[in-house]
Amino acid sequence: MGWFDSLKRGISKTAQILNTDVRDLFKAGEILTEDKLVLYHKRLISTDMGVAAADALIVEIREKHLGRTVILDELWKTIHDKLESLLRGVDGEVWDPEQPLSPLNFSNVGPTVILVAGVNGVGKTTSIAKLANLLKKNGKKVVLAAGDTFRAAAVEQLTMWSQRIGVEIVTKPSQSDPAAVAHAGCTRTKELNADVLIVDTAGRLHTEVNLMNQLTKIRRVISSQIPDAPHETLLVLDAVTGQNGITQAQKFSEAAGCTGIILAKLDGTARGGIVIAIRQQMSLPVKYVGVGEQIDDLQLFNPTAFVDALLATGP
Amino acid sequence: MFEGITSSLTGALSFFRGSGKLTEASIREGLKAVRQALLEADVNYDVAQEFVDKITEEAIGQKVLESLSPQEMILGIVYQELINLMGPVDHELKLRRDGISIIMLCGLQGSGKTTTAGKLARMLKEQGKKPFLVAADLQRPAAIEQLKTIGAQLEVPVHAEAPNGNPVTVCQNGVKAAKAAGANVVILDTAGRLHVDPELMEELRNIDRKVEPQQILFVCDAMTGQDAVNSARAFNEALELDGIIMTKLDGDARGGAALSVKQVTGVPIKFMGVGEQLDKLEPFHPERMASRILGGGDMQTLAEKAQRVFDQDSMAKAQEELMRGKFTLNSFLDAMKQIKKLGNFKSILQYIPGMSGMLGQLGDLSGADKDITRIEGIISSMTAEERQNPENIDISRRRRIARGSGVEAAEVNRLLKDFGSMAKMMQGMAGMDKMSQAKQMQMMASSGMFQPGAEMPGAGKTRSKPKPMDADKKKKLKKEAEKQKKKNRKR
Ligand SMILES: Nc1nc2c(ncn2[C@@H]2O[C@H](COP(=O)(O)OP(=O)(O)OP(=O)(O)O)[C@@H](O)[C@H]2O)c(=O)[nH]1
Ligand SMILES: Nc1nc2c(ncn2[C@@H]2O[C@H](COP(=O)(O)OP(=O)(O)OP(=O)(O)O)[C@@H](O)[C@H]2O)c(=O)[nH]1
Ligand SMILES: [Mg+2]
Ligand SMILES: [Mg+2]
Repeated sequence: MGWFDSLKRGISKTAQILNTDVRDLFKAGEILTEDKLVLYHKRLISTDMGVAAADALIVEIREKHLGRTVILDELWKTIHDKLESLLRGVDGEVWDPEQPLSPLNFSNVGPTVILVAGVNGVGKTTSIAKLANLLKKNGKKVVLAAGDTFRAAAVEQLTMWSQRIGVEIVTKPSQSDPAAVAHAGCTRTKELNADVLIVDTAGRLHTEVNLMNQLTKIRRVISSQIPDAPHETLLVLDAVTGQNGITQAQKFSEAAGCTGIILAKLDGTARGGIVIAIRQQMSLPVKYVGVGEQIDDLQLFNPTAFVDALLATGP
Repeated sequence: MFEGITSSLTGALSFFRGSGKLTEASIREGLKAVRQALLEADVNYDVAQEFVDKITEEAIGQKVLESLSPQEMILGIVYQELINLMGPVDHELKLRRDGISIIMLCGLQGSGKTTTAGKLARMLKEQGKKPFLVAADLQRPAAIEQLKTIGAQLEVPVHAEAPNGNPVTVCQNGVKAAKAAGANVVILDTAGRLHVDPELMEELRNIDRKVEPQQILFVCDAMTGQDAVNSARAFNEALELDGIIMTKLDGDARGGAALSVKQVTGVPIKFMGVGEQLDKLEPFHPERMASRILGGGDMQTLAEKAQRVFDQDSMAKAQEELMRGKFTLNSFLDAMKQIKKLGNFKSILQYIPGMSGMLGQLGDLSGADKDITRIEGIISSMTAEERQNPENIDISRRRRIARGSGVEAAEVNRLLKDFGSMAKMMQGMAGMDKMSQAKQMQMMASSGMFQPGAEMPGAGKTRSKPKPMDADKKKKLKKEAEKQKKKNRKR
């Protein structure tokens, strides 16, 4: 599915929201009742934003609108603003949509290192390929390090991507120490005088203490090679993930100091509401979203568009 | 603020653990917390709502409030209902006895299809089958390599073609190659796809039409949230799934997806993946999943008790036999075995609605416990034929059975006599309505005869298990449906 299609779909979702979700449920001119709030609660839950966030939102609507005549625009604004402010977080980072690299923290001196981690199968390797492509298109010289030495053909997978994009890749044989791959990646990056190194890691469940410690070790090795690195540690989350995403974010942040989220697979019907819960709880911002399996299917995270899609009519 | 999320259903249920008297209002309040906990475990909203409505209805029934420990009753009911939602278990892959069987795996991107293909191949190989893998994912970079690597590790052949081909052809060629290689189970590893991608869903339907797999299994990530039901439903509508495999259950996902997906599609969950290694595949157990959703902990002990008491399958079986006026020593033994697992008689009765109120009348039951062990020994010493037709057990057989179980022949006589009168009573009951059955049951219980398999009003409801349609029959029906569809299209 191409970038244009997903964009189109995103827009149609946004259009739907005004027609269906809020307008369908809350009729202009009617009195807003508790029954309606119960129904709306259900729709909020279906986004995976979690009970607490949904409750918070309902409380807000109840306070401002219960027992009053529905004015659609005002109601919509209450919901939208609340969610958007939640997503922006206290630091209120807003990225320039014209600058696709603006969410990334680049090193002022020497190469920038981006470490990518997450549970199994969420889309790490594919997201790395997309990110490398984006960086390259924006004039950066990129090196990849195939740090997943565990899963069958994970190295081959990233290698194929590197060839398609045309960027350098550092690999070691299957079962090698991933920290050694990261080390070699740093060395090669410096040799080539490249701008960015992206390190792939094997998928791991956050409950695996040894594997989480391994992440800490990879980080340590990287920072011993390049000061202040990794400059970004991106947690890849699958948009379809439910409440487990919160624990993922917590545990990966503890072990690897995550600086942001890539929300992959947002092109399905899953709404990725889990990032609201995460943002609400631990101020980990979403930086990019994945909207397909192809190299161009990566978009800068846009809170407004995201909230629109999130609130679009559910199944 | 988010403490609610980490707190488990156990927390919600702790409400019921107090010794305070439960009222209808307090039960309703407590079950609201249960609903919230289910949502936090990613149980689908409608499923959670329906579930809680049902439990509320059951819990508010007089039987619970009147029982000795209503709190525990409710815990038991919640647990049992969770199991009902996810059961019945069906681990069969319904492979053909001879000839070649085809298993097709499908699912969303990254759910674990390729790994599971390897795990299934390994399991089948261990069972003495000759598995054969087909790399039908031509989309994801190095997907073919991944399956080849797995095949090599397992020493299972893999059919692969160049990635610019057509997956349908690859599957057809793969089946041919498998036949030529003398394999008997073909596993098709398909590319991950979104259920809203019409082209790719059509591709799966094409594979289904062309190679006609015996089993189509949906591979589902256990960490999936509210959207799980949407994808599972769509795959089921497109392909008529035969089973679901839940993966990544080695983590701490509460697995509400498992519950919802089974409930919404009716498709049984057959296996679960519990690790990345190829030996990490286990048959799915609704009980384990239920206590996981409940948050494990000290819930376990009670839940296990309740679960066994309400054991669906044997209850359904005994009930069926009872209704047909047929009650054999076999079902008697099954019931006894279940009872023994639970510990003593008294503790079991507590969990049976309607029975707990009678505990006082029953007096000392420790003798009954010993009896159970002996009765079990006696029945175990009978042949299958004897168990089915106890009336054929003559004197010499009685002696043999007594010797085999280390009791006096007189005891064998007594058991057979007791059983005879019990069976008669059962036959009489078969024609009665529920209420009279219950009365009769209470009479039997207080006279020392106890048949745990029968349904009491308010007990965990038995659901008749639908007979699994055999694969070939299903195929035929499917084919006919397809033909019909084509005809309709032409019109
Ligand atoms: N539809 C869709 N699919 C995606 C997206 N991102 C990744 N995928 C697919 O998801 C699957 C898993 O992606 P990978 O990049 O291999 O995931 P991973 O996290 O590296 O997996 P492991 O290394 O095995 O843990 C692949 O089939 C990808 O094509 C996305 O944004 N949308
Ligand atoms: N912890 C754990 N990881 C698993 C399990 N099953 C699969 N995985 C991992 O999940 C990731 C994705 O598995 P794959 O088998 O490649 O998934 P897939 O569905 O074939 O992915 P696509 O072909 O890209 O759609 C890999 O890292 C696997 O090692 C499991 O039961 N537990
Ligand atoms: Mg990977
Ligand atoms: Mg695969």
